[in-house]
Amino acid sequence: MSLDAFKNRNIGSQNYVPVNIENYPTSGWDKFKQVVKRGVGKELFVGLWVVLREMLKFKIHTVQYPSEVLPIGPRYRAVHKLLRLLESGNERCIGCGLCEKICVADCIRMDTRVDENSRKEVVEYSINLGRCIFCGYCAEVCPELAIVHGSRYENVSEQRAHFVLKDDMLTPIDFLKQQKEFSGFGALSPNADQLVKKTPLAY
Amino acid sequence: MELEVFIIQTLVKILVVLLIFSALAGFTTYLERKVLAFMQRRLGPMTVGPFGLLQVLADGIKLFTKEDIVPTNSIKPIFKIAPVILPATAFVAIASVPLFPEFEAFGTTIHPIIVDSNVGVLYVLGIMAIGMFSPLLAGLSSGNKWSLLGGARTAIQLLSFEVVTGLSILAPLMLVGSLNLIDINDYQIDNGWLVLTQPVAFVLFLIAGYAETNRTPFDLLEHEAEVVSGYATEYSGMRWGLFFIGEYVNMYIVAFLTVLIFFGGFGEGTLTDGFCYLGKVLFFIFLFLWTRAAWPHVRPDQLMWLTWKVLMPLAVINVVITGLVVMF
Repeated sequence: MSLDAFKNRNIGSQNYVPVNIENYPTSGWDKFKQVVKRGVGKELFVGLWVVLREMLKFKIHTVQYPSEVLPIGPRYRAVHKLLRLLESGNERCIGCGLCEKICVADCIRMDTRVDENSRKEVVEYSINLGRCIFCGYCAEVCPELAIVHGSRYENVSEQRAHFVLKDDMLTPIDFLKQQKEFSGFGALSPNADQLVKKTPLAY
Repeated sequence: MELEVFIIQTLVKILVVLLIFSALAGFTTYLERKVLAFMQRRLGPMTVGPFGLLQVLADGIKLFTKEDIVPTNSIKPIFKIAPVILPATAFVAIASVPLFPEFEAFGTTIHPIIVDSNVGVLYVLGIMAIGMFSPLLAGLSSGNKWSLLGGARTAIQLLSFEVVTGLSILAPLMLVGSLNLIDINDYQIDNGWLVLTQPVAFVLFLIAGYAETNRTPFDLLEHEAEVVSGYATEYSGMRWGLFFIGEYVNMYIVAFLTVLIFFGGFGEGTLTDGFCYLGKVLFFIFLFLWTRAAWPHVRPDQLMWLTWKVLMPLAVINVVITGLVVMF
């Protein structure tokens, strides 16, 4: 197969408008003619018509943010969450320490002990948000899907530490029913079908 | 007795006009933000009050309570007096503009014009031109290079466009034969709207009106991209707000004048005509906002070129032709 097939940019039919830029007028008379063409001719009034048309169509694109929010994709990496097992309500985290090891910013700190049933229990788990770069490695490496990135991007507090102690990240036991399963890395956003476009190169 | 009635009536009219137009200036800022927003597919102010209607009030509170900063290097008395000139001249100019046809109320005939002067047009345009001292003095006294540039641009804009205003309006005035705005209005009852006989003068007057009120194709004075905020750079709080009130009242004056001189004014003077009159004025206010959404600014050199090489010769030719038609 020759290289021609790759050089053929099969982009289908798209609405490209070639811009036709005329030479700038040099003499005074040409300048005057240009002004007349633009002023009395179409150009000024096309501008007026376009904005009026948009006003009459009234297709408003504003998102009135606090009362309506745009959906965010499942890949979005906001402040972390610690999930619970849906059936028993136990914590998923088994204290393996993989997230602590893989963390490139070295911002995860956990403390574990062996409890009375000889099971490993996580006593403390904290993330230093001042250092965290939200790379998502901790969530990717977690074997139990325990630490995941949440979708909460509206955070207000006096201290960063208020979001990232274990009690703050862990799903409260009363809200277990509302706990959303992490759809996994590489998951598509809900409106992915509408956003998908044909790639302009024949690969 | 007659004199007392006259004085009291005039004082009441002055008060009403002052209150209405101060409020209207504020409301027009709301209108402007909404219209611009819709034309750009936005919603504009929505949070304060229903549809953001109370935004005007919120802005007012903000302007009144903001710190009034007078820069160290400014010339303080001039810096302080400059913002007063613009709204003051605007309100003084509006005295000679009939805002509504005569109507009967409280057992008397009310003339909604404060001074029915026989040099109405000349008076209004003259006083409005004095208003240009406001940005000029503000620019010169601020002690800031952007303000100075804005002030200098005021001077060129005034010098350029005052000529076009005067010459463009001369031709219709030659047809009417009077400077009184009510006479001009009455002339158009019999002879049809002057825009039909003087279309060139109308276009020239409208363009000059935009330049005089510093509205968008010609708002060199506070061209954000070039001179920060022009003459208003150093102003804050209510001093800055006064510039705004002046600008919007001037917009109303230009709209009223355009309708009166070229679009038949209030015609016969019935109540319906009166509301038609206000509707036409509102259309020209809308046109101010519309062009702001659609058109870019011009450069100062383009402005001078346009004035002296295109508009002024056109105006002179228009006057000459009108003169020949009137003579023969």
